[in-house]
Amino acid sequence: MKKKLGLIVNPIAGMGGSVGLKGTDGKKTLSQAKQLGAIPRAHIRTTEAFKELSSIKNSIELYTYPHEMGEEQAKVCSYTPKILGSISKGKTTSLDTKNAAKDMLNHKVDLILFVGGDGTARDIYEVVGDKIPVLGVPAGVKIHSSSFAINPRAAGSLATKFLQGLIELREAEVMDIDEEAFRQNVLSAKLYGYLKVPHEEQMVQNVKIGSIPSQRETIESIAWEIISNMKEDYYIIGPGTTTKSILRKLNLEYSLLGVDIVYQKKLIASDINENQILKIIDGKKSKIVVTVIGGQGYLFGRGNQQISFKVIKKVGKDNIIIVASEDKIISLKGNPLLVDTNDEEINKMLKGYFRVTTGYRRSMMYRIA
Amino acid sequence: MRKYHAPVWNEPIIMEMGHKGERGIAIPFIEEDIQKSTKDAKFYIPNKMIRKSPPNIPEISQPHILRHYLRLSQQTLGMALNIDLGMGTCTMKHSPLINEELVKSPYFAEIHPLQDENTTQGILEIIYKFNRYICEISGMDEFTFQPGGGALGIFTNACLIRKYHEMNNDLPERNEIITTLFSHPADAACPATAGFKIITLYPNSETGLPDIEALKAAVSKHTAGLMITNPEDTGIFNPMIDEFVKIIHEAGGLCAYDQANSNALFGITRAKEAGFDMCHFNIHKAFSSPHGCMGPACGAVGVRKELTEFLPVPIVTFDGSKYHLDNDRPNSIGKMREFMGNIETILRAYSWIMSMGPDGLRTVAETSIININYLIKKLTKIRGVTLAYPKQNIRLDQARFSLKELKDETSVGTDDVARRIVDFGVQEYFTSHHPWIVQEPFLPEPCETYSKEDIDYWAEIIRYTCEEARTNPETVKTAPHNQTIKKINTKALNDPNQWALTWRAYIKKKGKSKQEHLSP
Repeated sequence: MKKKLGLIVNPIAGMGGSVGLKGTDGKKTLSQAKQLGAIPRAHIRTTEAFKELSSIKNSIELYTYPHEMGEEQAKVCSYTPKILGSISKGKTTSLDTKNAAKDMLNHKVDLILFVGGDGTARDIYEVVGDKIPVLGVPAGVKIHSSSFAINPRAAGSLATKFLQGLIELREAEVMDIDEEAFRQNVLSAKLYGYLKVPHEEQMVQNVKIGSIPSQRETIESIAWEIISNMKEDYYIIGPGTTTKSILRKLNLEYSLLGVDIVYQKKLIASDINENQILKIIDGKKSKIVVTVIGGQGYLFGRGNQQISFKVIKKVGKDNIIIVASEDKIISLKGNPLLVDTNDEEINKMLKGYFRVTTGYRRSMMYRIA
Repeated sequence: MRKYHAPVWNEPIIMEMGHKGERGIAIPFIEEDIQKSTKDAKFYIPNKMIRKSPPNIPEISQPHILRHYLRLSQQTLGMALNIDLGMGTCTMKHSPLINEELVKSPYFAEIHPLQDENTTQGILEIIYKFNRYICEISGMDEFTFQPGGGALGIFTNACLIRKYHEMNNDLPERNEIITTLFSHPADAACPATAGFKIITLYPNSETGLPDIEALKAAVSKHTAGLMITNPEDTGIFNPMIDEFVKIIHEAGGLCAYDQANSNALFGITRAKEAGFDMCHFNIHKAFSSPHGCMGPACGAVGVRKELTEFLPVPIVTFDGSKYHLDNDRPNSIGKMREFMGNIETILRAYSWIMSMGPDGLRTVAETSIININYLIKKLTKIRGVTLAYPKQNIRLDQARFSLKELKDETSVGTDDVARRIVDFGVQEYFTSHHPWIVQEPFLPEPCETYSKEDIDYWAEIIRYTCEEARTNPETVKTAPHNQTIKKINTKALNDPNQWALTWRAYIKKKGKSKQEHLSP
């Protein structure tokens, strides 16, 4: 049976970047970008990705949206795609991306390959959630989400292997920053949720190597490590699937994207802000459990601003527990972990080597810059 | 380049071969008198040990069996058939065939480990003397040869560290072992098996070596010890190793030196001078006892004087006139396996180091260093191949390369190249242990065995394959083409439903075999 592949191209993705606009969200920005002579690059990136799919071309049924949202590129790559929906040519918006995602969800495609940036990832996430696998071909200005392959070629290769049934899925962050605020030099990053993306282990199976634990096993073993060492402290648990596996193991309700507090293995507060955290831990012994958010290695200041410098100061450096799978650490390619707490003193205090819990009774020394 | 094609016999599994009643050779009829006086073989087996039904083994004639196994051996790209320098960390050196004669000799082969020591003085002398020599090579004071492999040697070291802290009443508190990411993964796995928590030092992205600051941040009152490889599995020697040892000692821990990568160190550095408390060597690697399926192996563990009381039993001792097996060591960690270990490895290694002598051993080290650095010069000229951590200008025994540039350019990666080079009659190379923090890695180790021509030929295969990745990537991606088997789906390695480690499991999972009898 043929595999159904959905293709969504955000034709304007990346246009703002080339002319220094830090993104292409919003109509005004787009026309500004066009005036400044921005060149669309989503199409070239689509072709690059599709080169990698050539070996399984005949076993793919391609679904896409009209004109510049996929149809044109599909034809350039000699596919005869099934065209869904309709758009007004040259005037696509994020609503078109969402409609495309909805139609592909209804057609039960095996994988949506989208070409765009963080904004596109967000739009698709809003519609499909974790219902079907999705993979991003990076073409946008902002690539904070880890739902993208490292380059178009890698995206094509991952998609091929996934459709052949050779690789599994993992959960990947959908992050975005507020562009408007960013243009005013205020960085406000938010974690929107998790998409299911095809994932090839960094460590390809080799005959000399034994079995490698799966993503799920690793995250569970991290949770067991934290739970088995739990003391009479207030545990401030930051957002993310890795950290929230602790609450899942304790059979507690949790907010995936928010900050929760656990005390004596019970949930004390859920999805709370900075002031609420400060109030609860006032005069109490407390610990912070955080994970690395996104591909760039941010520990504080991206997607978990509730754990502010005031909270960190109160809890103390020695009470910060960093959890991350070895895979995630390796994906940083040796680059240090980053903090951005809006307080230079705290940023400085956090510098140096930290012990990152990578599994049950396992940790790795890694540097915070 | 050589035109090559491996033999393809499509041999069935031996369980599918033969016919009922077929037999190896005809055994002569036994005369009645003899039958009466000796009785049936069954008579000599205790009742409890006699099987109710005969074992289900195939019945095959001798020529068919010979054919079968010779065909299988022809399909195997063995050590003696090829330039086997791609298997980094394995030290695939040639082991002199004369040593196989010694091992096969009935004087050795027919010894039983339960024999009275008065009747095994010869082999005990060899074990004792080899122990003295390897102590000289490492600077340690006593060795055990009991561990049956490298990982068991490392596990022995973990048990020795545990015992030491137990004797000092420190054990529950001292429960952390520090290792590095480029040390062999067994340096983390073995102490974990022995009950320790593991802290791994991530390498500096410039030097490829662990940072001393990371070590300082990792030590505490919980530090039980350091278990580390040097040179690490990158071929890079850590020049600060004595500082590392000092920091661990100051924190109250012990230091175990994994010397699996010791081929380039003979006569140059020793565990003792770096301050280590214990070390292990793979006798089946640097000490020229054959490796892998030709094994068996030996992870020789040596310790300094203060720790000898903890070594596994027995230890061979000498009273000036006779050799003894000393089992009376109350503080011993016990046995890592039965008897003395795989003593044939010791016999070969003894013969090898006696033929080399101290100067010869130093030449082994120097030659292996020259060979890898020559290979580096050849390989780094190839477009698409880069050396990891290029700022380090020398490698000792092996070198980690990356094909990331090739992959970015052509989408042909290291696993593709590894599968393609076998089409030219050489063994697949070793990519590297996981995790692959050097992307698309490969790790050759041209130890002292390989000639300049061998190395040139091997480098030419890599060059040719990288070029082919550009001109004809599909050929590389779908390799091998000239081999006994085609590309296989490695996903099965992760799926227990597809494994069959015994014939019984195979039948259970695949159903009764319907294969025709292919014996001819």
